[in-house]
Amino acid sequence: MYEIELLVNGRPYRGTAESRTTLADFLRHSLGLTGTHLGCEHGVCGACTILVDGVSARGCLMLAVQADGAIVETVEGLARPDGTLHPLQQAFRDTHGLQCGFCTPGMLMTLVELLRETPSPTEGEVREAISGNICRCTGYQSIVNAALRASGSCTIEGEAP
Amino acid sequence: MTGTSTPTDANVVTHAAVGRSVPRLEDPALLTGRGRFLDDIVLPDILHCAFVRSPLAHARIERIDVGAARALDGVHAVLTLADLLPMLASGRMPLGASPIKGENSSTPFVLSNKEVAYVGEPIVLVVAKSRYLAEDAAALVQLELTPLPVVCDAREAMEPGSPVVRTELKSNLLNSFNVGYGEVEEAFAKAAHVFSDDLWQHRGCGHSMEGRGVLAEIRPDNGLCVWSSTQMPHDVYYMLAAMLGIDQNALRVITPDVGGGFGPKYCLYPEEAAIPAATLLLKRTLKWVEDRRETFISSIQERDQYWSVEVAADAEGHLLGVRGRMVHDQGAYAPKPVNLPYNSATSMSGPYMLPAYSMDVHVVHTNKVPVSSVRGAGYPQAVFAMERTMDLIAVKLGLDRAEVRRRNLIPPEKMPYTKKLKARSGAAMVYDSGDYLASQAETLAAAGWDDFPERQRRALAAGRYIGIGLANAVKGTGRGPFESGVVRVGQNGKVSVFTGAAAMGQGLATALAQICADELAIPPEDVTVIAGDTSTTPFGLGGFASRQLVTAGSSVHLASKAVAGKAIKAASVLLEVSEDQLELGDGRVSVKGGNRSISLAELAQMLRGAPGYAFPAQLEPGLEASVQWKTDALAYANACHVVEVEVEPELGHVVLTRYVALNDSGRMINPMIVEGQIHGGIVHGIGNALYELMGYDAAAQPVTTTFQEYLLVTATELPTLETIYRETPSPKNPIGAKGVGETGTIPAAAAVISAVENALSPFGIRISQTPIPPETLFNLIEAARRSRAGSPA
Repeated sequence: MYEIELLVNGRPYRGTAESRTTLADFLRHSLGLTGTHLGCEHGVCGACTILVDGVSARGCLMLAVQADGAIVETVEGLARPDGTLHPLQQAFRDTHGLQCGFCTPGMLMTLVELLRETPSPTEGEVREAISGNICRCTGYQSIVNAALRASGSCTIEGEAP
Repeated sequence: MTGTSTPTDANVVTHAAVGRSVPRLEDPALLTGRGRFLDDIVLPDILHCAFVRSPLAHARIERIDVGAARALDGVHAVLTLADLLPMLASGRMPLGASPIKGENSSTPFVLSNKEVAYVGEPIVLVVAKSRYLAEDAAALVQLELTPLPVVCDAREAMEPGSPVVRTELKSNLLNSFNVGYGEVEEAFAKAAHVFSDDLWQHRGCGHSMEGRGVLAEIRPDNGLCVWSSTQMPHDVYYMLAAMLGIDQNALRVITPDVGGGFGPKYCLYPEEAAIPAATLLLKRTLKWVEDRRETFISSIQERDQYWSVEVAADAEGHLLGVRGRMVHDQGAYAPKPVNLPYNSATSMSGPYMLPAYSMDVHVVHTNKVPVSSVRGAGYPQAVFAMERTMDLIAVKLGLDRAEVRRRNLIPPEKMPYTKKLKARSGAAMVYDSGDYLASQAETLAAAGWDDFPERQRRALAAGRYIGIGLANAVKGTGRGPFESGVVRVGQNGKVSVFTGAAAMGQGLATALAQICADELAIPPEDVTVIAGDTSTTPFGLGGFASRQLVTAGSSVHLASKAVAGKAIKAASVLLEVSEDQLELGDGRVSVKGGNRSISLAELAQMLRGAPGYAFPAQLEPGLEASVQWKTDALAYANACHVVEVEVEPELGHVVLTRYVALNDSGRMINPMIVEGQIHGGIVHGIGNALYELMGYDAAAQPVTTTFQEYLLVTATELPTLETIYRETPSPKNPIGAKGVGETGTIPAAAAVISAVENALSPFGIRISQTPIPPETLFNLIEAARRSRAGSPA
């Protein structure tokens, strides 16, 4: 077992993990942050996408020990503490960008990264960005619409640096 | 508000939630990571499970050595069927819903102990402190297996001398039957034209993003609570109670948030019996969550069917008769034996008038993952067979493909139209409503069908192969026999809806809340919907056959109406005002044009009764109503899809350039949800057409067990989907709705293949299969080129 420390959604956590424990399992089972979902556990479906030091990562392919000292952002950190949804979350709701909601956390985190880097993406750029995230419910179009809708309003306010 | 709802009661002030794209009540939790899917449930002292599964497609189990696994630190138990049997009425799974009684040699075992019949069949259940340890221990279980002959192809499985899929069987033929009517031989004898084709539609997988999962907990009173990511909580409840030999009162089944169903969560699985049985045995809380590899090798798959179709047509392309043979690959076991092939065979004629029909159906076992429903449940294969046949007639007779369809579509004046077939319930197959000619015409116009030949000529001159295709479909939705709906006004005036319908991501709670809200004249967000909990809803069927909005929606509508009526009646007694002087609104019953009113909360409190106080003689206790709306009719939804593609012959690569889809699912309760279902359904069908191949080698060893090998559609493969909606209300239910969950999927593959074939018409290629991966397409093109080069000019 290894001692690790990490900052998740602005809160410091300390815990122990086996060398083989994935970061997704550590977040879900050790920290109780079950918003990050596991759809395939081989890095293709993207449901477990989180941001590690500002960059998207597959929670199922990264080990918890690799995240020692890292800043991690998960879906639980997107809404404001008062419950106000992040503009992207709100846009997902407005455009019906989710159905079962299982892939949604990974979609959101992938798109948060895109909109930070490319605040006004084209439809093609949005589709490219989520091409590593599988959704079986929506057919993607409503997700693309959500990202485009949020792109104008997605400010840095309230987000981790 | 732009709602189109009409008040159904003169006393109700309508809020017209129905017909509006009300934001979903489900969303806030799901968007913020507060959803509660099966693996998210945390209980004290939980133990985790893994299954040892067969590595061979057919083998005799000589010995199972669990010694090393049991010895591993952190492992609590390593269980075989012998260990679980004391907790089970039978080691074999019960037969699911089926019109054929008494079959039991085709259901799977809870765990296998003598023989395995497909790769992935569960043999041993490991229980450990963590899933990691359970998997470690599973790897230490030693299986001594003697390989037995394997049958991978359903057609070969039927041949005399073919080895049997399981040694307990005398033959691989599970069932064979004929579906038909009319004078088929006569039709062929008098036909101007007879054409034939052999078609194959491949099995794909459902692949909900959340896999299956089960959690079972012993309650303090020795009761058992089972959470399952299922489409059928009540099926799990009834079947488990019988299998485990426990009183129904001692069992509760709950479905938490379900991360998609798409069919594979429709069956009761061996794991859903093994985990509760082990929980009773060990008296510990156990959880098992399917991983993706397990989905590939143990969740239901569907569509493998081989159709040999002959069609008789007159000189103008009118259908005279269809006859043929269909072989349905059932896989190793049959949890629900006949529903899929029966659906396929009876739905082939779809929206067309077909005077005579005869289809011989053979349901055949193979050493592959068992087969049951995947989105569409037999309909996509039937539509593929029929629409390919329509294209064949058109190409052979030199007619426009849409024109051939137009000549054969059931015209609106013939509605309701009775097919000469019976639905599985035994009821006549009556198409209740719809205008298929108008649907096709509207779709063609939107897609620019008539202009396409000119565009295609110009493209071809520039060396580009573009094509257009179309497909029509009809889907019987809203299957009964009933669904439950209970509407209750609580003591605080809040409204709850309880239903046996199962939410699995479609937005069921929002749609039912809308229906309830309009009757009670409150906003939908003031309604809480509780679905999928057998402790709150004793009766229910669950999620399948695009049925839930039709059946549960009708029940909730009628129950809400009854509650509204009761509130008015109670207020009339209390306020001493006649009922027609009262109206419902804002959670109160008010005297029209006056200032006297009474709240729903007060009415609910009064109708609760109180000791020592008189209860109004005219009223029954409780401000609630329970309705189990029953139906033996299906509500027939219809769709028309037109697709444009461009094919690169040098690569066999297909690019979708345009997709226009019309859907008529009757009254739309929430148009946004309808659109979501249609989009998702279309993309599933596109996957079936072009990408999704569940590969097996000749030894029936699965060769696609990751998403790197089995390709699902991603956002970059799709054009913007253009959707058109018609609303032909169904006269068969009180809300006029028809199901929508599967109508997007059913015609999609047929439309895509029609377009691909059309793009390659300069090569004269016929495409008779799905999926059509690039290599297959490339080979077809090359073969056509060679044959052209070799043929005399």
